[in-house]
Amino acid sequence: MNLKPETLSTIEKIIPRYPQKRSALMMVLHEIQADQGHISDEAMEWVATKLEIQPINVLEVVTFFPSYRRQKLGRCWVRVCRTLSCGLMGAYTTGEVLEKELGCKMGHTTEDGSLTLEWSECLAACGTGPVALVDEDLFENMTPDKLGPVIAEIKKRAAGGVPTPTKG
Amino acid sequence: MPVSETKLLMKYADEPGYTPGIESYLAVGGYEMLKKAVGMKPEDIRGEVKASGLRGRGGAGFPCGVKWDLVDRKSGKPIYLICNCDESEPGTFKDRQLVHKDPHQLIEGMMISAFANDVKFAVIYIREEMPKGAKILDAAIDEARARGFVGSNICGTGFSCELIVHRGAGAYICGEETGLIESLEGKRAYPRIKPPYFPAVLGLYNCPTIVNNVETLCNVVHILRMGAAEYCKIGRPNNTGTRLWCVSGHVQRPGYYEVAGITMGQLLYDLCGGPLPGRSFKAIVPGGGSMKILRYDEKFKGKKPDGAAYEYGVDDIPLDFDGVAAAGSMSGSAGMMVMDDSVDILEALANLMQFYAHESCGQCTPCREGSQWARKITARMCSSNAKPGDLDTLYDMAGNIGGRTVCPMGFSTTWPVQSYIDKFRDEIEAKARDNRCGMPREARLIQK
Repeated sequence: MNLKPETLSTIEKIIPRYPQKRSALMMVLHEIQADQGHISDEAMEWVATKLEIQPINVLEVVTFFPSYRRQKLGRCWVRVCRTLSCGLMGAYTTGEVLEKELGCKMGHTTEDGSLTLEWSECLAACGTGPVALVDEDLFENMTPDKLGPVIAEIKKRAAGGVPTPTKG
Repeated sequence: MPVSETKLLMKYADEPGYTPGIESYLAVGGYEMLKKAVGMKPEDIRGEVKASGLRGRGGAGFPCGVKWDLVDRKSGKPIYLICNCDESEPGTFKDRQLVHKDPHQLIEGMMISAFANDVKFAVIYIREEMPKGAKILDAAIDEARARGFVGSNICGTGFSCELIVHRGAGAYICGEETGLIESLEGKRAYPRIKPPYFPAVLGLYNCPTIVNNVETLCNVVHILRMGAAEYCKIGRPNNTGTRLWCVSGHVQRPGYYEVAGITMGQLLYDLCGGPLPGRSFKAIVPGGGSMKILRYDEKFKGKKPDGAAYEYGVDDIPLDFDGVAAAGSMSGSAGMMVMDDSVDILEALANLMQFYAHESCGQCTPCREGSQWARKITARMCSSNAKPGDLDTLYDMAGNIGGRTVCPMGFSTTWPVQSYIDKFRDEIEAKARDNRCGMPREARLIQK
């Protein structure tokens, strides 16, 4: 597993912050996912050794929390909120337009690995719905008439124009 | 006369030029209360918080001071403080505002609370879906540490407390305090059975642990600044202080409003501008998706101090813990979702069932299976494929979830199902009978 040196260094700093090593598990997984785009079997074994727990202890956490992925995420990760407040403001129409314009079905990653588009449950920005989280950035009031610049930004990121520092 | 906001927590955050940086916070008297606190006796701070009547802002409204009183201080084990910033209840977005706009207020509140409870290690557990919030908090903690407000020898008094940010990973159940603790221990977020093991006695690493919401901890700063007696003057007895109400859905000015002592009608009309043009209110979910729905046209029975009975409507509901509870719902996390007459109530229920089915942690069979069942039945009914008896099955099944699970989240499925059917049975039955699908395609609330 080829983690970047800065990822390794961050992980080394994270672990001693906790009174017990195992507590660092979620934060370490976030770092690995940001580095690799997913959590591989190899990564889980590496983390288990690092935190002195069993690989099954890592697997149970990875499979429980929806933000951890065992399949590689796209370079740009788009999550569209569909819960009630966003739904009331037209989230499903927004999602439909994004699917069409981005050429990617909800819940899928494009074949070239450039984009993951999916529904998300409540993103806690209900007052400005519909909202979407594009990598780390929250886009608000995403009604179909305001989607143009958002789509352009997503396409730019998917094409690799902008680094996406955090995936998870 | 139109009402206005009572700004305490958001007093500076929305002012032009105010930033999340420490300089902004210091310029408005930030960290003065921490300096004052570390010169006080911890029990005196706890006494002030208890006397203030501050009720937890996360959902249940349990008095903060009483929660602190329950902490086992004689066990000899370390005491931990956790800030619950895993704001996932549909309709709620106040933590985001407090964290993004005024992170130092939270840090100061946490450090005062830590000193008051002899805490040496504190954690802010923040949602994965708020990555910027986590970064803002990390930067703010670094700033506070550099000034001696976090870490070793706080304010030169010898008191030390570490504070870290821990990111969740997309699970609603981490809003439940024992699920959160399990997750923080590096495990699946399965809630623990309580009683007997309340976190105040056996929490993180089986040590006494306090879990408070972001807004609750921010209030601690103001209780110390104003004194409990002055703080109690805001709001009503047993409902003291301000509350950040998040309004979403069909109002002219959705957003968050910090208010005290007003009615639901004043919030909906004076602050939120009323319904959208040409529309009228149909239903209100007062405190987040799991709370029981209110019909806008329903009437409630109240009693005046002299014992005389009177009738009042949704607009007259006092906007606080007891006011909303008296109307048969709960103020919960103060995430108010407003639906107008364009909404098909069955679709709204189906939307929420999709959420709760997705978010059930799966530990307890009634919640795991029941929420999926509710999702399937409501989705089927919305697709014009209702079967005879669907509604009764749904109602009956919901009654077998709440109270039969390890944590109270079972009620998150139960309460919406039962209250939507209780309040809108005729509408839902008519749609089911005629196999009619509710909302136009552009306004639908579920996938079709």
